[in-house]
Amino acid sequence: MLHATEIIGAETYDSLGNYVGRVKEMFVEPADQPNRVAHLLLSRGQYRALVARYDQIASVAPGRITLTTDESALTLYHPNEAWLAVGKDLLDQQIIDTNGRKVVRVNDIDLSDQRTNGNTELRITQVDVGLPGAVRRLLQGIVPPMAIRQIQLKLPPRKILWEFVNLVEPDPLRRVKLRLSSQKLEALHPADLADIMEALSPDERQGIIGSLDEETAAETIAELDKRLQTQVVEKLDTERAADIIEEMSPDAAADILANLEPETKNEVLEEMDNREAQDVENLLRFEQNTAGGMMTTEIVVVDEGATRGEVVDYIRFHELSPDQLDNVILVNKEAALAGTVPIARLLLSDSDQRMSELAFEPMLSVTPDANDKNVFELFDKYNLRSLTVVDGAQHPIGNITVDDVVSRMRGKI
Amino acid sequence: MIRRAGRIILRTGSAGSKGRGRLLFYFRRASLTLPLNLLCRCVGFEFVEARHALLGIDVKMQDCSWNPVTDQLTNSEPTTATWKSRGANILRRTRMTRRRLALFLAVVGPGLITSNVDNDAGGISVYTTVGAHFGYTMLWSLIPMTIALYVSEEMCARMGVVTGKGLSDLIREEFGFRSTFFVMLAALAVDLGNTVAEFAGIAASMQVFGVSKFISVPLAGIAVWLLVVKGSYRQVEKIFLVACGFYLAYVASALLAKPDWLLAAKETVAPSLHFTTDYLLMLTALVGTTIAPWQFFYLQAGFVEKRVGPKQYKHARLDVLVGSISCMMIVFFIIVCCAATLHKNGMTDINDAAQAAAALVPLAGRFAAYLFAFGLLNASLFAASILPLSTAHVICEGLGFEAGIDHKLKEAPAFYGLYTGLIIAGGGFILLPNAPLFKILVLSQVANGVWLPVVLIFILLLINRRDLMGEHTNTWAFNVVAWAMSIIMIILTLVLVYAAITQPASSGLVGTLIHSP
Repeated sequence: MLHATEIIGAETYDSLGNYVGRVKEMFVEPADQPNRVAHLLLSRGQYRALVARYDQIASVAPGRITLTTDESALTLYHPNEAWLAVGKDLLDQQIIDTNGRKVVRVNDIDLSDQRTNGNTELRITQVDVGLPGAVRRLLQGIVPPMAIRQIQLKLPPRKILWEFVNLVEPDPLRRVKLRLSSQKLEALHPADLADIMEALSPDERQGIIGSLDEETAAETIAELDKRLQTQVVEKLDTERAADIIEEMSPDAAADILANLEPETKNEVLEEMDNREAQDVENLLRFEQNTAGGMMTTEIVVVDEGATRGEVVDYIRFHELSPDQLDNVILVNKEAALAGTVPIARLLLSDSDQRMSELAFEPMLSVTPDANDKNVFELFDKYNLRSLTVVDGAQHPIGNITVDDVVSRMRGKI
Repeated sequence: MIRRAGRIILRTGSAGSKGRGRLLFYFRRASLTLPLNLLCRCVGFEFVEARHALLGIDVKMQDCSWNPVTDQLTNSEPTTATWKSRGANILRRTRMTRRRLALFLAVVGPGLITSNVDNDAGGISVYTTVGAHFGYTMLWSLIPMTIALYVSEEMCARMGVVTGKGLSDLIREEFGFRSTFFVMLAALAVDLGNTVAEFAGIAASMQVFGVSKFISVPLAGIAVWLLVVKGSYRQVEKIFLVACGFYLAYVASALLAKPDWLLAAKETVAPSLHFTTDYLLMLTALVGTTIAPWQFFYLQAGFVEKRVGPKQYKHARLDVLVGSISCMMIVFFIIVCCAATLHKNGMTDINDAAQAAAALVPLAGRFAAYLFAFGLLNASLFAASILPLSTAHVICEGLGFEAGIDHKLKEAPAFYGLYTGLIIAGGGFILLPNAPLFKILVLSQVANGVWLPVVLIFILLLINRRDLMGEHTNTWAFNVVAWAMSIIMIILTLVLVYAAITQPASSGLVGTLIHSP
């Protein structure tokens, strides 16, 4: 196993044993092979730097590299955006460890040397984020490499396999050129992804949001802290912001829009799909710290006379997503609230049971202008999972779920 | 009737709803949209087309109410009285103003705190000495110093706001591991020395109130530790902001000292440079204690941790400006207070703040003295919590450990370990029976001086990088001011370091100078 610090700065000799130059940088060409060091940049003082391709490297030892060819076979260096520079883009930079779900800083990079028909290929195996890498960086060039290796053996290693490393590249064009995919990020839980984003700089955050699909982006933004939400959304272009916000539940969308500058808010609303925009606008009318400000308008309302079987059919038919479904709201002939049925009760009942028989006792509701403290008290007193919000004429207009309550209460601490 | 009043529209489910095309029938009137199935039921029609319509209201009801008596669908909104909507309008407008104010208040903090924490135990000792020895004659230097403080702090604020990264993060990313390591090592050494000085300040001020250092120092250490470990950034910042307010104690004690305000004002605007060694050395010390290297790291980290973005940059800049000016106002009042009492009565050999407080009793009354000591206690406590905090931040950021008060103890063991270690070492040192306190203070002063220009140059190199800062690099004029300041600072600190080396522990002013960290 070799380390990047042992190779960067190594003296390079050609096949005849003549000195060529020092390794200044290593490049990976992700479009070709994701982990192979494809090029070595050899600097030669005042002469133009040369590039040695992977099949021109005969052997690699710490501090010394031998080539298979002589100097004349090497090419001159031209900067290439599609090359990932190990020294500049990786060493000392922050990366995302998709396995440990954290942002870490790279101390060193471990490489394996594989002999393949006469030449040696270097492949990145792991990224060193622990003490051994730090010590090596500090002592390299001062203490002989073998002595450093001795010290390292005594230190606890902290390494991340290369396939779990996700580079943070804010520039979207470069992301494409480097073939950086966000698949692994999208597989993370949005809350973890939000934590990761909070540890990064604004540009990097924007880069990540830009690379995610709309659904994941929406879920992630909803998990960010308030100030970051506003910042991230404000920096998106209006169309993309509208697309992402449409993916959110109306209450989450309203929370975000409420914090935007009025101008940006209106632009985003205009760009959004009419119906969703109207949902959100309706919610925006309520003060943040009232029941109206906490509720979502995504509710399931059925007639109190309906049977359980009919309701289940209805829910299936409309493919209502399960995470917004805590209870079913019943209305009477006047379309006024007649009770709520928790999904658990629905689950245990017979299919021909009437909804009104399953309703939760006592029938509870709040008006949208109710103080959030009253809402907290109701949740606490009756151990609620959700609570219906009704307007002045008792028509159900929204629902507050326990997760809204938890996040509000946490915000108050 | 409603059927004449509106239009029935057929549309598919919202475009963004994950491609689940469902057909929705809507009845639309100018002010009202509702699903057709509900409408039909409301007006007594059977909606037979869709079986589920009987059950389903898909729902969009908040705008409408149906009166079964008149069989009318109305939008419920207009029923609210006009005055109510007017009231809402006014509310909305005050909300806008509140919002704007909140936007500024959301940013305020790092600048104000950092500048004020500059007036720490060492700083106050120096200001006291300046006032006692030279009376009002050094007040003129406060204006150029305010500018220097503002210029240097503004650069860090700008870097934090634009890049969203801490100073040691940036040094690590741009200058590599080794540079970072030595910056961190220096930070640790210098800040440890300074922390010792802060605890010395706590001990001294509490002695004015008659409390033994064996009680005050451990208590202060525990209080400071708990504050940061158990608190969140918001809470800690609020407490720090309150601590900033306590600096007003010095304003009060200056007022009680009945100074010659006219002379003070004159000396502030009209420079009177005296070319004596003592005067120049004192001047150096004054500048040296006011612009301390660790504060740059703290300031930048503060803005990063508050997530202040480029949009709020002008608020951040205002915060720094207010901080710099308020810091210098306090310096002004401390010097004036000492000049009006100690200097006027010939007590020029005062060389630290605790002595000054004691000497104030016969001159300005017990109350003024207590206020003075309380100010020192506040400043020392304040700095004793921020200094270790800043140091832990710098080191963890640079080495790649989790850092920041918002992390839990378990998430950031290195951060809290360093923080705790610094407080224990700093406080413990004061309690050692025969601690070479004096030597440590001299060494920390020297290290501070050597370190400052290095940090300043790092900052200047970073802030002029277009790839990092974009359009926010230094302007030409700003660069001139900043570089000139760095060079003056280098010369001044070299003078101080030279003095510390050649005349260690000599009696008189130079000894005093070195004594004050």
